[in-house]
Amino acid sequence: MTPTEYEYLRKFLKDNSGLDLSADKQYLIESRLLPLARKAGLSGIAELVQKLQAGSRQLITDVVEAMTTNETFFFRDKVPFDHFRDTIMPEVIKARAGKRSVRIWCAAGSTGQEPYSLAMCLKEMGAALTGWRVEIIATDLSQEVLEKAKAGVYSQFEVQRGLPIQMLVKYFKQTGETWQINPELRAMIQHRQLNLLHDFSQFGTFDVIFCRNVLIYFDQDTKINIFNRLARQIEPDGFLVLGAAETVVGLTDTFRPIPDRRGLYKPNDPRAAVAKPVLAGAAPRMAVMAGR
Amino acid sequence: MKTCLVVDDSSVVRKIARRILEGLEFEVTEAEDGSKALEICKRQLPDAVLLDWNMPVMDGFEFMGHMRRLPGGDQPKVVFCTTENNVAHIAQALSGGANEYIMKPFDKDIIADKFAEVGLIPVGQAMV
Repeated sequence: MTPTEYEYLRKFLKDNSGLDLSADKQYLIESRLLPLARKAGLSGIAELVQKLQAGSRQLITDVVEAMTTNETFFFRDKVPFDHFRDTIMPEVIKARAGKRSVRIWCAAGSTGQEPYSLAMCLKEMGAALTGWRVEIIATDLSQEVLEKAKAGVYSQFEVQRGLPIQMLVKYFKQTGETWQINPELRAMIQHRQLNLLHDFSQFGTFDVIFCRNVLIYFDQDTKINIFNRLARQIEPDGFLVLGAAETVVGLTDTFRPIPDRRGLYKPNDPRAAVAKPVLAGAAPRMAVMAGR
Repeated sequence: MKTCLVVDDSSVVRKIARRILEGLEFEVTEAEDGSKALEICKRQLPDAVLLDWNMPVMDGFEFMGHMRRLPGGDQPKVVFCTTENNVAHIAQALSGGANEYIMKPFDKDIIADKFAEVGLIPVGQAMV
């Protein structure tokens, strides 16, 4: 790959997905895009770049999907799910006792392990949520990934990562070499395609937002912009959950960390968020992605 | 240092498991069937048992029953590790006193995850 081709792909990915690759990620691009180029009948990265420059819409989508990482497993990092069970839900159950409804958003739901892990946590709470309306919305950039999440079918390898064996037996049905999550849990989740660079106000407000391990791929301005828009979609007493390597500290005052609960944040006064300017340059990105 | 008894009739599997478990800082002993494993347990119980199901002389399920009845035999964490990958076997193992269950083939990540699940190693270590 020539330096010119690399620079083109870097800028292309930045503009189309917000993915912010540093100058030394040639191996990453090659490992993800070479197989894709071959599959499309192209000779290599050079020809792929030519096709992108010519504006091949299908290829644009394929390249963005291939470059967006989807490493995920059930109950990933464990601690956030302990917080969900021991801190978040008890507070939500108390605060929403009147209307008996809770809305949860997995903003980088990927292949479904995170939303299904939350669904299992909620099921395990049993009687505490009887008669409650529980909504989980799982969004992801990639249509292919969403289809997999919707089907809820996992390989033997996937169900052995992070998932306690009792939960596997209780909530999955085995079909040959694969395991499918029960219809009752699948019905708890709505899957929607969303690029976090785009407007997401149509999803309404949430009591809990899980937005883990996705913002690390964005540059600082984009992160700030997303935090500020997340702040408008969260109830004033709601919770934001970030990944282990992520924080709002030093980026925005729309959220504050909860002491002794790593990864857990509360919104500050939402009016502070509205005053922040929207990220310049968002408009042309939206135009490119609108065709997806 | 925690101890783990690896019980499997395949010397290749024992060797792979040993390498993974030593990487997770376990002191490893090996047995090639349930009967030999039981002899080891009668002398000294390990902290963990990584247990195959189908073996000559005494299978893993029968071994677990005997071991659980030894004085202090309720203490070791038993993690099955077998090609028996159906719900009936898993349910049988759990009701017979197993703590976790690995369906072969396995790798380092799966062993680390399952061992973290039953508290044999800290959660953070499973992610290394």
